[in-house]
Amino acid sequence: MADTKVISEVTGSIWKVLVAVGDSVEADTPVILVESMKMEIPVLAPDAGVVAEVLVAVGDPVSEGQAVITLKT
Amino acid sequence: MKRIKSLFIANRGEIAVRIIRACRELGVASVQAYSEADSESLAVKLADKSVCVGAAPSKESYLNQKVLIEAAKASGADAIHPGYGFLSENAEFAEECEKAGLIYVGPQASVIRLMGDKAAARRLASEAGVPITMGSPDPIKSAEEAVETGKRIGYPLLVKAAAGGGGRGMRVVSQESELKESIERAAAEASAAFGSDALYIEKYLSPVRHVEVQVIGDGKNIVHLGERDCTIQRRHQKLVEESPSPALTPQLRERLTASAVALARHVGYRSAGTLEYIVDAAKQEFYFIEMNTRIQVEHPVTEMLTGFDLVKMQIRIADGEPLPIAQNDVRFSGHVIECRINAEDPEKGFMPRPGVLSEYSMPSGPGVRVDSHAYPGYKLPPHYDSLIAKLLVWGSDREEALSRMQRALGEFQIVGVPTTIEFHKRLVGEPDFVAGDVHTRYVKEQMWAGHPTQHML
Repeated sequence: MADTKVISEVTGSIWKVLVAVGDSVEADTPVILVESMKMEIPVLAPDAGVVAEVLVAVGDPVSEGQAVITLKT
Repeated sequence: MKRIKSLFIANRGEIAVRIIRACRELGVASVQAYSEADSESLAVKLADKSVCVGAAPSKESYLNQKVLIEAAKASGADAIHPGYGFLSENAEFAEECEKAGLIYVGPQASVIRLMGDKAAARRLASEAGVPITMGSPDPIKSAEEAVETGKRIGYPLLVKAAAGGGGRGMRVVSQESELKESIERAAAEASAAFGSDALYIEKYLSPVRHVEVQVIGDGKNIVHLGERDCTIQRRHQKLVEESPSPALTPQLRERLTASAVALARHVGYRSAGTLEYIVDAAKQEFYFIEMNTRIQVEHPVTEMLTGFDLVKMQIRIADGEPLPIAQNDVRFSGHVIECRINAEDPEKGFMPRPGVLSEYSMPSGPGVRVDSHAYPGYKLPPHYDSLIAKLLVWGSDREEALSRMQRALGEFQIVGVPTTIEFHKRLVGEPDFVAGDVHTRYVKEQMWAGHPTQHML
């Protein structure tokens, strides 16, 4: 098992957290929705895995390249 | 100007700059509201005065009615211009402004309220003899009623939030088995986004064009200022607008504009407004969608085509002046195209991307107008929409406008964020677009056919 950081590609704020610690996720499924420039932008899990950490909360500002979730893959 | 000596601008971005310019030409002082994210904005630099009204998130600043009205009063302004978006179609805000003794630059609050309720707007349109799409005249009350409506009008159909707008709160349903879930999800989304879960259903037509008619009135006299064709869209949001529409025959244009005037007159419309329609060019039919009771992003298309300054007219009418023109004073000259230059990456499904404009150089020369709040080094905040600039060109005919647009796009230099400039260059060269043969899903279904991000459009 490796730790994989799930990265937001865009600067904005956290709109929704779609997963919780312990959830299994498939590759390419949305785990977080970031709101930027009035649009909801999904952050996708790069690989299948289990959510180990949620690093952000709804309303938090997020920068381009910032890790938002840690996955055990 | 009799009453308005100082105007408070409850908006931001390019439209704030546009309103400041109108104020200056009218000899009216401008007071710019700004959020903490906009302290370096061009509007703040240009305005006579500026007032910080709160933190970056819109609900703490540009949507904060109480703070805006207090700031306007404290600044000594006589009037408020709401721009577009934010509080521009909020009847309560218009009422509160008037209660506070501020002139609201826009239509009567009662008209904003009626037109903001899509079901009421459809009913008014019917009364005025304006064709509407087939569907439920009133919000649907139950999933069973929705199923019955679906049986009557046929699929695909569109589920729309009564309080939605600008492409938000809409959902296409292709068959009855999807209807119940779509209704539930749309109601939940509408409730969260707009504070109302009222939905209505209409027939989804395709391929169609999106054409709107600009009107302006003083409550008694109403004129139309022609149409704008806004068919080129992604995610139900406009990317390009032009006038005249390449798809309208003179007869269809006459019927369309007459219907817009009829509806605006039916509600005694005051100020600038826009009636949106879908147009089935093959059948030469049109259907009313909604009325926007505010100045629109694409209003300069009409300004360049007619020579009138819509924002100054809005302010003068709010000041109590009568509409200065009659219908036969309106002349249309040549052809105008507007491209929206957004901080979005078309290759990534038009994903927006805030950032710093490390280089920014606008086109100019014959027939070019750029409305923008951007400048070199400007930092586009992530809190607001992705519009950087509206690039407009005028040509003596559509052919000249197209070649001029291609030339102007080539001069536009923006470094630091991805933009829609390359998309527009491609579009303006597409044979279908050049031929005027497009529909509202053209970008998604034709230009993005097979593209990995097609589903995002």
